[in-house]
Amino acid sequence: MSLTYEDVIAKYEPVLGLEVHVELNTNSKMFCGCSTIFGGEPNTQTCPVCLGMPGALPVVNEKAIESSILIGLALNCSITPFSRFSRKNYFYPDMPKNFQISQYDEPICVNGYLDVEIDTDEGIKKFRVEIERVHMEEDTGKSLHVGGATGRIHGADYSLLDYNRAGIPLVEIVTKIVPGTGKYAPEVAKAYVAELRDILRSLGVSDVRMEQGSLRCDANVSLRLIGAETLGTRSETKNVNSLRSVERAVRGEMIRHAELLNKGERVVQETRHFQEESGLTRSGRSKEQAEDYRYFPEPDLVPVAPDAAWIETLRATLPEQPTLRRKRLQSEWSVPDKEMAAMINADALDIVEATVNLGADPTRARGWWLGEISRIANEQGVTISDLKISPTDVAQIVALVAQGDLTDKLARQVVEGVIAGEGTPASVIESRGLKVVSDESALMAAIERAIAAQPETAEKIRNGHIPAAGALIGAVMKETKGQADAARVRELLLTHLGQPSD
Amino acid sequence: MITRAAHEMSAAMASGEISSVELTQAHLDRITSVDAQVHAFLHVDTEGALAQAQSVDDARARGESVGPLAGVPLALKDVMAQQGIPTTAGSKILEGWRPPYDATVVSKLKAAGVVILGKTNMDEFAMGSSTENSAYGPTHNPWDLTRIPGGSGGGSSASLAAFEAPLAIGTDTGGSIRQPAAVTGTVGVKPTYGGVSRYGLIAFSSSLDQAGPCARTVLDTALLHEVIAGHDAHDATSIDAPVPQVVRAAREGSVKGMKIGVVKELNGDGYQAGVRSRFEESLELLAKAGAEIVEVSCPNFEYALAAYYLIAPSECSSNLARFDAMRYGIRVGDEDGASAESVMNLTREVGFGREVKRRIILGTYALSSGYFDAYYGSAQKVRTLIMQDFNKAFTSADVLVSPTCPTTAFKIGEKANDPLAMYLNDIATIPVNMAGIGGMSLPCGLAPEDGLPVGFQVMAPAMQDQRMYSVGAALEASLLSQWGAPLLSQIPALVGAK
Repeated sequence: MSLTYEDVIAKYEPVLGLEVHVELNTNSKMFCGCSTIFGGEPNTQTCPVCLGMPGALPVVNEKAIESSILIGLALNCSITPFSRFSRKNYFYPDMPKNFQISQYDEPICVNGYLDVEIDTDEGIKKFRVEIERVHMEEDTGKSLHVGGATGRIHGADYSLLDYNRAGIPLVEIVTKIVPGTGKYAPEVAKAYVAELRDILRSLGVSDVRMEQGSLRCDANVSLRLIGAETLGTRSETKNVNSLRSVERAVRGEMIRHAELLNKGERVVQETRHFQEESGLTRSGRSKEQAEDYRYFPEPDLVPVAPDAAWIETLRATLPEQPTLRRKRLQSEWSVPDKEMAAMINADALDIVEATVNLGADPTRARGWWLGEISRIANEQGVTISDLKISPTDVAQIVALVAQGDLTDKLARQVVEGVIAGEGTPASVIESRGLKVVSDESALMAAIERAIAAQPETAEKIRNGHIPAAGALIGAVMKETKGQADAARVRELLLTHLGQPSD
Repeated sequence: MITRAAHEMSAAMASGEISSVELTQAHLDRITSVDAQVHAFLHVDTEGALAQAQSVDDARARGESVGPLAGVPLALKDVMAQQGIPTTAGSKILEGWRPPYDATVVSKLKAAGVVILGKTNMDEFAMGSSTENSAYGPTHNPWDLTRIPGGSGGGSSASLAAFEAPLAIGTDTGGSIRQPAAVTGTVGVKPTYGGVSRYGLIAFSSSLDQAGPCARTVLDTALLHEVIAGHDAHDATSIDAPVPQVVRAAREGSVKGMKIGVVKELNGDGYQAGVRSRFEESLELLAKAGAEIVEVSCPNFEYALAAYYLIAPSECSSNLARFDAMRYGIRVGDEDGASAESVMNLTREVGFGREVKRRIILGTYALSSGYFDAYYGSAQKVRTLIMQDFNKAFTSADVLVSPTCPTTAFKIGEKANDPLAMYLNDIATIPVNMAGIGGMSLPCGLAPEDGLPVGFQVMAPAMQDQRMYSVGAALEASLLSQWGAPLLSQIPALVGAK
């Protein structure tokens, strides 16, 4: 019978190690000028260099070095004054040169850390994840194995190769072992990847889209008896394509390891493949015998020796750390925790901030982006930033409502018009004729007509039955096609019928 | 006309004495007539050569100014990628491959109006000192067809000696330009590492490989040097600095006041008597021309050969991994059900020759975990020591000199089964590659005992390539006045040649 998670943590201490691969969003590849755009026709973004043609040579993409340094600085790493590329030698058809250019014993950034917080029953808990290294390498091509059962090379009828991805710059961020997370190991793993993703996004160095593979996490998990010093045997779970999967994979591996250990069996040192449907992992490549990659310094490249002044220039451009920024904005805008979380989940923080920076009231700005605009985005199956409405548009709409030029109802129509591509808020108001009717004589005329149409209702009001006013106000609003300010209509109506208006 | 120097051919074209098309045709005819015996060429691009010649003639006719080597034919070592032209690096594994791009050297040659006649034979992937390791059969030394023309660039040097081309491109990893030049009585220069782009040069050992110019005179070599040298953004190891003024140095040819250091360790025991005597006579001529001859010692050169045979195979084991039948070249064993691994194995088994396999195995072993420090690591340390030896020697001499090779050309087959004896042929040329500096070989006479050419090596500090040309031109002039005619005028006529 299978163990519960509580059984596992009662007996064992999990130790994590996380390796995150990030595809940088440089325009060109790591060592050649080919495009890095995702999703091109197979083998259309290649050249002699990334195809490993005889005689072709790599040249380092300076932008990739800059991005790597930024990542290292954001993760509190030391930037090494002298680092080198090495060749990692092994044969595989999707690797054009049969060696991968990667940093080995001399990475560009070392010894950093990242603090993460998780929300627990015992309150917010903080964990420090130490970073061992950040290094650069090139991605491989992609193999598509056709036929056979599992999409793996063994048993396939044939394989197709796409080298568009070959040579895309990758940065690998490797943690030191992470002990001491106890039962929170799965949450810490998830929080680490999430925080890392937010940092990378704030740096603007990667698209960090896990589902497209531009951020990939390998989760190393091992267990040891609580109180033991020696580390247990680890497994390395690959193919973890979402934040939720990171958490599930760690939890699943903890349970699997514990079951093995409880039965007196041993954990095999191997890679495991995470399966999204079941949340389980299946066995991959054994790592019992360390493969000999015959690393040696890449003789086609010169060492990377970033200038200290350049590093300081880059340090000065570092954006505010996402956690700190979130805390600051939450307090500046007085947002309740739950709504803050909703805003982060909807990835709306940047866009709301931009709107606020244009003068909009924070609560109103948040209300529009997370309300009406999110609803339209959901309907269209896109994100709010994909819609044709900008922070400037929303800030203008908020201002018009505040000035009484638009009612909320009218404003929703303006939003709809802007998203439909009808132009700026002003031009939508103009073309759709959405201006609030503020001409009081026109309003009075409409009120007179409403009273004339429903004399009994008017009589009730005169007799002090104020709630009956709704029907008359509704009639006026209908006549003005909603373009009147309902509150003003109410005021005028009640005064006209000799009733107090507040 | 075909026996003239390249700069003389250029002058003849400028004066209208001959057109480039006529000159090119004369060389194509010569190839047709003698290459069956010499086998310098693996591929002759008749059409492309004549088209390039025609375009230079047209440019001249339009009154456009053309470069100093425009319209002059050239033989290209088959290790350089040339778009659309079969390029094999002397290996069966690349049979049928036509590169989709030009090496930077090739682009520069084309831009300078140089006429590329075809691709020359070489030891497979430039591994060898005799061209016997070519998958397409050996090249024969025009001085004696039973002898080797040197290697790996034996095809290029033989084409010069056989008057099939007045200019050639070679590549030099441990002596592959200089040793063939020495044994064929021609001139060859390995420029400073990084002086000429390696982009498009099919790599043997990346940290040692260097393309360079070959010709029959020092001035022609310098003219070609300036055409192909210079910084290239496609080669990260290419030096971003002005090209040394080698043509000017070759024209001036002055050694007055220059200190010439004779490397003690690259002479004496193991060097053939006739090699030594010609070398000594050359030193006397240089002294007469105004140079001061001093002796220098480079004690760590002793370890250069051993260290070279760890570094070069290590790098080649990785560089040659890409030949796996997946993207180009031959493919063996691709039958129903064959795995990619099996196709890779069979292709490499069939496609690579013995020497290449030997070096891949050596290098794979040297880079293995547990052996890396003892082999590759130690070899890199030796490399540093060799650089230090050179640095020290260059404090007491402007250039260093030695015989290029310990012996004159040996017989084809003589050392084919004795790799160590073959490797020893490069003992005097390898230190230059290990240090990344420049080296030149020029003919200094015939060894009395066998009547075969002897090479004189000049070595200069990094990016001081012009010094080699000063010394080379001065020695060449002194020897010419002694001989009355270029050494190659003494080469036996090839049977059947017109």
